[in-house]
Amino acid sequence: MREKKRLRRSMMFVPGNNPGMIRDCHIYGSDSVMFDLEDSVSIMEKDAARFLVYQALHDLKYGKKELVVRINDLNSGLGIKDLEAIVRAGVHVVRLPKTDSAQDVIDCEKEIARIESEAGIPVGTTLMMAAIESANGVLNAREIAHASDRLIGIALGAEDYVTDLKTTRSDGIELLFARCMILNAARSAGIDALDTVYSDVNNEEGFIAEATLIKKLGFDGKSVINPRQIEPLHKVFMPSEKDLNKAKAVMGAYEEAMAKGSGVVALNGKMIDKPVVIRAQRLLELNELAGVREVEEI
Amino acid sequence: MKLIHKAMAGTMESSDIMVTIEPKEEGGIELELTSSVMQQFGRQIEAVIRETLKGLGVENARVTAADKGALDCTIKARVNCAAFRAADSDAYVWEAK
Amino acid sequence: MAEKSFDFAKIPHIGEIACNGEFKAAKARNTATFEEKFDQKNKVVESLEKAIRLSGLKDGDTISFHHHFRNGDHIINQVVAKLAEMGFKNLTLASSSLAAVHAPLIEYIEQGVITHIETSGMRGELAEQISRGLMDFPVVFRSHGGRGEAVASGELHINVAFLGAPSCDPFGNANGYSRDDDESIMCGSLGYARPDAHMADTTIIITNNLVKFPNTPCAIPESDVDYVVVMDDIGDPKGIMSGATRYTKNPKELIIAKTAAEVVKAAGYVYDGFSMQMGSGGASLATARYLRQMMIDEGIKCRFALGGITGQITAMHEEGLIEKILDVQSFDLDAAKSLKKNHFHQQIDAPTYASYRRESAVNQLDFVILSALEVDTDFNVNVLTGSDGVIRGAIGGHPDTAEGAALSVIVCPLTRGRIPCVVPKVNTIVTPGSVVDVVITDQGVAVNPNRPEVAEKLVAAGIPVVSIESLAERAEHIVGKPDPIKFKDKIVAVVMYRDNTVIDVVRQIDED
Repeated sequence: MREKKRLRRSMMFVPGNNPGMIRDCHIYGSDSVMFDLEDSVSIMEKDAARFLVYQALHDLKYGKKELVVRINDLNSGLGIKDLEAIVRAGVHVVRLPKTDSAQDVIDCEKEIARIESEAGIPVGTTLMMAAIESANGVLNAREIAHASDRLIGIALGAEDYVTDLKTTRSDGIELLFARCMILNAARSAGIDALDTVYSDVNNEEGFIAEATLIKKLGFDGKSVINPRQIEPLHKVFMPSEKDLNKAKAVMGAYEEAMAKGSGVVALNGKMIDKPVVIRAQRLLELNELAGVREVEEI
Repeated sequence: MKLIHKAMAGTMESSDIMVTIEPKEEGGIELELTSSVMQQFGRQIEAVIRETLKGLGVENARVTAADKGALDCTIKARVNCAAFRAADSDAYVWEAK
Repeated sequence: MAEKSFDFAKIPHIGEIACNGEFKAAKARNTATFEEKFDQKNKVVESLEKAIRLSGLKDGDTISFHHHFRNGDHIINQVVAKLAEMGFKNLTLASSSLAAVHAPLIEYIEQGVITHIETSGMRGELAEQISRGLMDFPVVFRSHGGRGEAVASGELHINVAFLGAPSCDPFGNANGYSRDDDESIMCGSLGYARPDAHMADTTIIITNNLVKFPNTPCAIPESDVDYVVVMDDIGDPKGIMSGATRYTKNPKELIIAKTAAEVVKAAGYVYDGFSMQMGSGGASLATARYLRQMMIDEGIKCRFALGGITGQITAMHEEGLIEKILDVQSFDLDAAKSLKKNHFHQQIDAPTYASYRRESAVNQLDFVILSALEVDTDFNVNVLTGSDGVIRGAIGGHPDTAEGAALSVIVCPLTRGRIPCVVPKVNTIVTPGSVVDVVITDQGVAVNPNRPEVAEKLVAAGIPVVSIESLAERAEHIVGKPDPIKFKDKIVAVVMYRDNTVIDVVRQIDED
């Protein structure tokens, strides 16, 4: 389903030239699936993956999943071809890789708008997200985040970024600055901040530690490369019983105060500030969205 | 569309289909299909291949398809890809959903 | 001898006392040392051919085998080749099951050596040929419980049983491993061979490892054994069992397994002291992993695990999570090793496991997790014939455990490649829908309408429940509607339910 605001705890990478995974990717419970036309597809198979993802978006039903396609970089000449296919096929979100500046977003948006109007799709339908994968991109994060109304979020792409920094991925300290920049830029624009992948699929402990860190920082979610990472990630984002009870009490007190027409919200004799109410409200919303288990209609 | 040379698309992985298309002057579409689900879906796979080629205006070709349980959308994608490779073209007309 | 102190005939009631008359003289004694007696070899005969001759086997008789050597079995092919060489005809081969390795039987069927087969399952070339109409007499497929009872009751009469054993002493005490050495092949439990050994007119043990008397513990006691034959090659250890059955990493099987654990818990069958069985197959085995975590988190234990036993189950036993194991068949080397070393890992025979005539162990199960090739909208399950109608599976203990357990759970993907696994009608009914309670796929859980209380509990626990029809529709929506398989009229096999009543037949496939 295409929605600008929604739960995005997990975005699962699906290699764009793998028919089996494209068929089954919706069963693993991730909030979004991202069909990849970029790094997981060899240069000789770019056309094949484009045909496959186009046809899948056309013909298969994915229920309420958010459908994202990572296109190739526009400078490669492949990105435009990707857009021509997938915008027409009704992709929900175009993920632009290697975004270094606001201009990259604007250039991409221009192409999307052109295709939409040529195809008779209302201009503005297709949403976007930008992946930031370089030092330049990180430093331009704020401008990137504000570059288009179509943006639902900005994401960190760590592999290219650490290479650009002349380091490698380790305990996460190397990504701290980029994560904070991206998070603050996203919040400044009122959009989502999405974290990078954790590649060591067999290290669940390491994955959970990283997920816990980015949740603490304030990120909305994270990309995953294997279905096995989805459940632990969602667990990290699940509010604790204690926090839930507190949030419910806060909201109770808030509603009581509103009903009385009182501007002062108090709980157990303590005054409650507005941010506390906002956080409580968000927590309950997240819990409601995350707690629903239903069989998706397809 | 005019096929220029032999071309192939797809893999031998499960849920995929490997399609080879070769230009021919006449004689219509000569199709050689093998499938892991021949008895249950052979008829439908053949229909999808022929329909897709017809949609592209390919009238004469030798087509070999080795199917490993691909869905119709995968069959269409692989046939389209092989045909456009065989025609050295990327002028596929993408349609809005 | 001194003068007698009694007159035999005058002993009161002597005619009513069970005795063989008056003592005359003791038998000539064998004063060889114990060690020397080993060389005298008692029941050991020098060749398979001689054992066959001594057995009195004749044309038209029934010979039996066990399948504890699985796809590594070299006994059946060697014995049948010898029988063919000796000129036997018209024999019934009754094995507890058959595997792909038994393809050479085709030749002996064509020659008329074997004219009828009884088994639990069949795979590979032999199964394909049977499906193409190789035999006139239909193959009889029985469940492990059904066969065990048929043999134990004499309904399936066995003239000569040829039973491979990884260890045996000269008196015929035979076992699936040896506590004397680690050198030999290991197959763990010999549960399916035990009724055959006990009931056959003649029992021949075939071993490659003749150990000193007494071979304890043993699965088959010397009282059931007539001859022992030593052969170099009884099987390929690699085909018999490999190290440990690995937990699947297939994400689809893992989500099915996780749901299965949640379902049995929500339905109320995971409590302190519960009992369980896991079928073979990735998803059902993986369920054990999720149950294990649940048991640790909640501090509860399983009283016993039953069935085909894997290393996952024995690891939980060694961790103290499962108190006792009842093992009719050991699936991997870890399970066999556990049987050898753990006191509370007990070997049981097929009737004790699953006979329908008595309170067998399956009736004590809280739940069983079983795989399926396909399930239909009446909850009938097929584990025997593939989507192309060709035989490629085994009944095993499927209907026995489904009926016996308080909750029977079927796990299967909604589709395999382009093949739908939840369908309007299964090709072959092996387990009737009336004993199937829950079907778990990667895309939804369905509960048999005859267990409304289970559905209610699942919904209350937040597990979404859908109708079985909607699962079938969803499968068809994804893969399309398959063309029906074409069969000829000829019946190539009959399928027995666990009470040995005919539940379905398999027909010859039509390839024209």
